[in-house]
Amino acid sequence: MTTRELTVGVGAGELATADMVLNIGPQHPATHGVLRLRVTLDGERISRAEPIVGYMHRGAEKLFEVRDYRQIMVLANRHDWLSAFSSEVGLALTVERMLGMEVPVRATWTRTLLSELNRVLNHLMFLGSYPLELGAITPIFYSFREREELQTVMEEISGGRMHYMFNRVGGLREDIPAGWLQRVQAAIDGVRARMPELESLLVGNEILQARTRGVGVLTAEAVASYGVSGPIARASGLDVDLRRDQPYLAYDELFAPGGPGRVVTRQAGDCLARLEVLLEQTHVGLDLAQACVERLLAMPAGPVNLKLPKVLKVPEGSDYVATENPLGFNGYYLVSRGDKTPWRLALRSASFNNVAVLAELLPGNLLADMVAILGSMFFVVGDIDK
Amino acid sequence: MSTFGEVVLRSLCVLIAFLVLPLLVGQTEHKLMAHMQGRLGPMYAGGFHGWAQLVADGVKFTQKEDIVPLAADKPVFRLAPALGIVSYLLALAVIPFGPHLVAAGITGSLLWVLAVGAIGTVGTLMAGWSSGNKYALIGGLRSAAQLVSYEVPLILAAASFAMAAGSFSLVSIAHAWTPWWLLWQLPGAIVFLVAGTAELQRPPFDMPVADSELVMGPWTEYTGLRFALFLLAEYAGIVVVSLVLAVLYLGGWTGPFDHQIGPFWVLLKGFFFAVIILWMRMSWPRLREDQLQRVAWLGLVPLALLQIVLTAAGVVLTT
Amino acid sequence: MTDQDKKGFVPGLLKGMGTTARAMTRHAHTQEYPDVSPQLPPRSRGVIALEESNCTSCMLCARECPDWCIYIDSHKETVPPTTEGGRERKENVLDRFAIDFSLCMYCGICIEVCPFDALFWSPEFEYAETDIRDLLHEKDRLGQWMATVPAPPALDQGAPVDQPEPTESAPSEPQPAQAPDEDPAP
Repeated sequence: MTTRELTVGVGAGELATADMVLNIGPQHPATHGVLRLRVTLDGERISRAEPIVGYMHRGAEKLFEVRDYRQIMVLANRHDWLSAFSSEVGLALTVERMLGMEVPVRATWTRTLLSELNRVLNHLMFLGSYPLELGAITPIFYSFREREELQTVMEEISGGRMHYMFNRVGGLREDIPAGWLQRVQAAIDGVRARMPELESLLVGNEILQARTRGVGVLTAEAVASYGVSGPIARASGLDVDLRRDQPYLAYDELFAPGGPGRVVTRQAGDCLARLEVLLEQTHVGLDLAQACVERLLAMPAGPVNLKLPKVLKVPEGSDYVATENPLGFNGYYLVSRGDKTPWRLALRSASFNNVAVLAELLPGNLLADMVAILGSMFFVVGDIDK
Repeated sequence: MSTFGEVVLRSLCVLIAFLVLPLLVGQTEHKLMAHMQGRLGPMYAGGFHGWAQLVADGVKFTQKEDIVPLAADKPVFRLAPALGIVSYLLALAVIPFGPHLVAAGITGSLLWVLAVGAIGTVGTLMAGWSSGNKYALIGGLRSAAQLVSYEVPLILAAASFAMAAGSFSLVSIAHAWTPWWLLWQLPGAIVFLVAGTAELQRPPFDMPVADSELVMGPWTEYTGLRFALFLLAEYAGIVVVSLVLAVLYLGGWTGPFDHQIGPFWVLLKGFFFAVIILWMRMSWPRLREDQLQRVAWLGLVPLALLQIVLTAAGVVLTT
Repeated sequence: MTDQDKKGFVPGLLKGMGTTARAMTRHAHTQEYPDVSPQLPPRSRGVIALEESNCTSCMLCARECPDWCIYIDSHKETVPPTTEGGRERKENVLDRFAIDFSLCMYCGICIEVCPFDALFWSPEFEYAETDIRDLLHEKDRLGQWMATVPAPPALDQGAPVDQPEPTESAPSEPQPAQAPDEDPAP
């Protein structure tokens, strides 16, 4: 890529040029949230970057400790508001594993379906917002149209558009409404049919390629040492996906040989690779959702949840369950002392690690590349600060 | 009519055109962008499909407080928006809408347009420097670098048209126009359109005001009417670039029934180029500032020089 | 990047322009909200409605609410015996039932735990206020929402291979994990 420098001197002769410290955030269009980057600039080139997190810290982990497991669900879907369902599932799976519960098969497949729809929703958001940060204003409207389509079916089954609150320990809150699966099918078909429109504004666009190719290259070593996960890690060639590697829900069947599941990876590790992974994962997500719909259509009616005791207490012990959330690993470490509330419920969220790597990634890049890199790290501020 | 009365009348006509045409372009942008994005755009202001949206925006801007930051270089800060406005106003005055329909008929009108058009960009620099804001400063520096680079291909492309017509007068250039120019002057027209877009800092060349990194670049600290003036200048700039290109490359008023509806042809052709400038914004991301420079020096300047050679060859062969 | 890239000998940029131009020829998919009301599904969590006559002031909802935004006051009244020589009974009388929607997280737990079907979701959402204190809906206001509570949707019958289990399709089954808002609105 070009190494041309834009050197601008203030003053002349013996007047020294000074570094400029620029605050990107906490209220800034590039950070879509309240992430703050303290960037030291030498001209347009970044010499130091320091992500400052915590402006949105809501003490989720502490709040978990004084709530029962159903109430925790309300909070667990809020740290990453773009992956609400996946986060709910992770918590439910943790509690269920400690209780040794066998969740009804219908609930498992419905959960898988909703998780994948949630993943597509999440990815569509970033497929719209990332070009927006690069100055392309149209893709976000196309991707939001598709999001609307999927959110409509999500709302029909769960009643919510973002915070679904549809998981319960032992299954789901309610059964599938009649005709919903057909509407999901139609929504998936519609999104699939219109995806080429969105892609035509991104794939092969020379300006987009110029802005992203070779920019912000994240090495596989950095990925490993910072604990980066999800699409960003896979764009750097790390072939990890918990859906395949530690199957939960119905993923062992979906990711079995011949199944629709596949792990999308790229080797380049640059912004373009991250965008490509996201785009392809959207298609994989739709394929998986499609497979779930077909499976559910062929399934006889059955329970979607288990009968729970009046007061749900998790036996003493501890367990850690991680799921492949749209943005990366989302893990819950649950320590119970046999009460109806957890003694400690630690949350490992994807965005925190993904953003931590920025301090290493940004220096040496131009300020304009900063937004390109920042946008391609696909984070949700709530997921960083918890 | 007295000379004085004529001057007043002509000035008034230019002023009205200056106030109406940018709003027209702005409203077109609203609606075009909305429909290209599957939206409806403004629907309420004024009743019919939100036609008065920009008027309403203007009213809103005038009501806002005029804030001058404490750290600003106050006189420069206050003056900056006026510069852009005045320069495009002066440029608009010499654009011919017919063989005799021009507000200020001066012989070197093409040079005049290029000269006063370049002043407007100084306003952006002044705004960026005087705001006392880091985002504005970076934006100002970016626009300085960008404007210097794109001035060159713009002038080279304009020179090609002047050579082809053998005149610096926009009226004479339009008179000299033949359909053969559509092919002959195509590279020059492309250079002029691209460089003009870059001069206006319109996407994909809007790195100086890149909202996702510099908030609003040089305009970050502006509010109210002064901010509105910058916006007006931007859209007036689109009008000027489009109309000049219409006169240079598409023969201005030339067209069927041009004795009756000559001005209409100028506006229609100008509108065509304005739509292209708007359309680029809707479809593309923005270029990084070093890529902008690359486009100018490695793409546009050689192409413009090639056009000049082509024009020279054409002129020599046909005369 | 050269300007040839810019102006269109390369398909990538032109393809983008083509897409936006095609989008312009189609109808916008805007939902003109204030003019056209949205069609919301019955499960949509808009506002919580209270059927006051069903409420026994048992406080379960207020206790289970994750952010304690339900306020209930009640007092006991003595009901005289209905038959001669019978025993007089005490019953709870609801004085105040209020939900503070500025605190509510719209999780629906209160509705789920209500053992007497006094609370329901309504998809109604147009109750924004200019003063945050007005978001505290007292029982009259909560009662008014009852008119907007839709009937719950029919449930998916599954593939017709075998009979659905009775516990599944009967919504009135007293399962704690089953949402009570599947019960028909009175």
